[in-house]
Amino acid sequence: MNQKENFLKGFVKENPLLVSMLGMCPSLAVTTRLENAIGMGIAVLFVLVLSNLLISLIMSHQKLGEWVKPVRIPVYIVVIATLVTMVDMLMNAFIPDIHKSLGMFIPLIVVNCIILGRAEAFASENKPLDSVVDGVSMALGFTFAIVVISIIREVLGNGTITVWGDVVLNMRFIFDFLNIQPIDMFVKPVGAFLTFGFLLAGVAAITNHRASKKVGKVAKS
Amino acid sequence: MSELIQLAFIAFIVENIVLTQFLGICPFIGVSRKRSSALGMGMAVVFVILISSILTWVIYHYVLALFSITYMRTIVFILVIASLVQMVELFLKKISPALYKALGIYLPLITTNCAVLGVAIINIDKSHTFSETVVYSLFISLGFLFVMYIFSMIREKLDFSPVPKAFKGVPIALVVAAILALVFSRLGGIV
Repeated sequence: MNQKENFLKGFVKENPLLVSMLGMCPSLAVTTRLENAIGMGIAVLFVLVLSNLLISLIMSHQKLGEWVKPVRIPVYIVVIATLVTMVDMLMNAFIPDIHKSLGMFIPLIVVNCIILGRAEAFASENKPLDSVVDGVSMALGFTFAIVVISIIREVLGNGTITVWGDVVLNMRFIFDFLNIQPIDMFVKPVGAFLTFGFLLAGVAAITNHRASKKVGKVAKS
Repeated sequence: MSELIQLAFIAFIVENIVLTQFLGICPFIGVSRKRSSALGMGMAVVFVILISSILTWVIYHYVLALFSITYMRTIVFILVIASLVQMVELFLKKISPALYKALGIYLPLITTNCAVLGVAIINIDKSHTFSETVVYSLFISLGFLFVMYIFSMIREKLDFSPVPKAFKGVPIALVVAAILALVFSRLGGIV
């Protein structure tokens, strides 16, 4: 697998949220506004890239790797927890508003299955550079998915898109055009489950369609 | 006492851990296909959440706060939970093989269940006292068990329903969860 393929796989083919369905809790909880989703994406990017790098450095070192192997899961957890504590403090210092609205979902990145999953499935068996690319790809794929969910929820539920801080796009004209009020339900928990459910159904419909096309082609030839 | 009863009700229904706080979604979707496995997972979660939140509360207030190293809480909590789950597993294997058989396979999965770490953090963030921690953790985990059981019953029926092809599996489960969340959000008006 070359570097470009390695980079692109996180967006569509192996998207951690939409295909592997990892990390569902934060993606349902923080997607009430676009800026929260972006903040969560930044935090996950930071933790995932550095944890992939550190773990691949540890495991690719011959002696250290052999020594760590029997207790690797606790080692991964300590590395990840340290990085999460760092990102928690950094966000508290530089973007306190986002830190506040993400709340306990920042410490909960420790138990996000994407990070431990990539550590075990990819970083422990690959070179440091490949692992970093893998981390960037997976984190951006995750961010892409939660950004889509949060845009859908915020537009339908509140009629706005809060890009970052004061930069707010007003999408009320859609509702004015249809002469209805924004659907409050979508920024509530109900909307999270509903949006994610329909998004997954959309993804499944596309994959089914592609698979049937492929089968048709094979049958013809 | 009445405050504790109110807290119990809030934890059980109003702030339901799955449907309003989005914690523990992975096991909620992942192991709710059969009623027996939902019950097993739910019971294991009740067991672990209760012990781990009491333990983390004590450690936070009598160790971390004492040495003013509260910023270490994420690392310490996750290590406590991971080792606790291991110990509970060994303990159950020795003491009660029947219980181990029922809960055993779900225990390793619990370490990465965000509900466990989440409840431990909520108890600290909301500055609960010790008795409040016990009541809150017990009822919030019972709420998990309750919702998980209802959900698994619905999903058993769903297997025999004509669902559109694209919605088969997880998507329809999420739509059902949305309807359940709607019901629970209305129940919030009681308190």
